[in-house]
Amino acid sequence: MFKTFANAIQSLSVALLMGLPMASSAQQLSDNAWIVVESPWARASLGMSRPGGAYLTVRNEGNDPISLIGLRAKISDMASIHETRTNSDGVSSMAPADDIMIPPGGMIALEPGGYHAMLMQLQSPLVEGETFPLTLLFSDGTELEITVPVLGIGARGPEG
Amino acid sequence: MKKVRIVLWSAVVVAAAVSATLWMTERNQGPVAARVDPEAESFTADFELTDHTGMVQTDEDFRGRWMLVFFGFANCPDVCPMGLATIAQVMDELGTQGSAVQPLFITVDPERDTPSALANYVPQFGQGILGLSGPPDQIERTAETFKIYYQKIEEASAPDGYTMGHTSSFLLFDPEGEFVRIYEYDEEPGLIVTDLRERIGA
Ligand SMILES: [Cu+2]
Repeated sequence: MFKTFANAIQSLSVALLMGLPMASSAQQLSDNAWIVVESPWARASLGMSRPGGAYLTVRNEGNDPISLIGLRAKISDMASIHETRTNSDGVSSMAPADDIMIPPGGMIALEPGGYHAMLMQLQSPLVEGETFPLTLLFSDGTELEITVPVLGIGARGPEG
Repeated sequence: MKKVRIVLWSAVVVAAAVSATLWMTERNQGPVAARVDPEAESFTADFELTDHTGMVQTDEDFRGRWMLVFFGFANCPDVCPMGLATIAQVMDELGTQGSAVQPLFITVDPERDTPSALANYVPQFGQGILGLSGPPDQIERTAETFKIYYQKIEEASAPDGYTMGHTSSFLLFDPEGEFVRIYEYDEEPGLIVTDLRERIGA
């Protein structure tokens, strides 16, 4: 299951961390981790009938490329990563994203107009001031649970 | 665990196939309406739509004020809330000068975005923003005169099985209803405010 012993240790540390409550919305892993998730935020939803959107950045501090391959969330029965593209005519549309590769030392951002966590079939509304857990799925089998704060519906970024 | 992994991977494969198909479909549908070019284009706003309070509104109703027009749909989780948030922040920063500007959100998804549906959506971003809807043929005519593009994109996983592609730029019209320029939906609100102030004051 694990290619290397180091991999196993890393996955184990993530598994251990996943059980801990996470207070900080900035860096969501301890210093022995190689995937760092920062600035998560979601926009408040109006009820549950329309999809919600969430954003964050992921840094790969390990020595190998890693891909973000998907999402899971209790709050959404259908969570996936979407990509918005705007063509040269100024026409925007979104579609499910391919795996997003993060090179060693690299960073990817889920941000408005680029990638977003698309939270369909919401099981409860995203309420401003509350938080919800979101699990990021990586190509090496790592599953990383983070805590996403819900900002106002008019938020444009992690600072509101 | 292994089973979960396989299921996840197949989901990824399906998603990749779907997205590849989508981009191809989009490309195969030929050229979209040309991008509004502030230099080359000259046209007057022309529409008759129903606002989110149920009142019929035409372009003439807004003569004497600048119109900041944004096309979108309420089921859009990324571009549309971002654009509406940008407009809301622009209006906040304009303060009293904001009375010279009427922001309009025109739906490209009239099937779902009825006036009453927009009433629960648009004002959440800012009280001054007016949501406009109407029968599909009126929306189509409006899009034509505004030279904007929209398209229904079939997507099995999306709510109701579809999402929309649409022009995401804001269109600015002067107090005579003449098209002036576009702004991008994710532009820094302060830059739009500076530009608007110069024009309003002029
Ligand atoms: Cu999406």
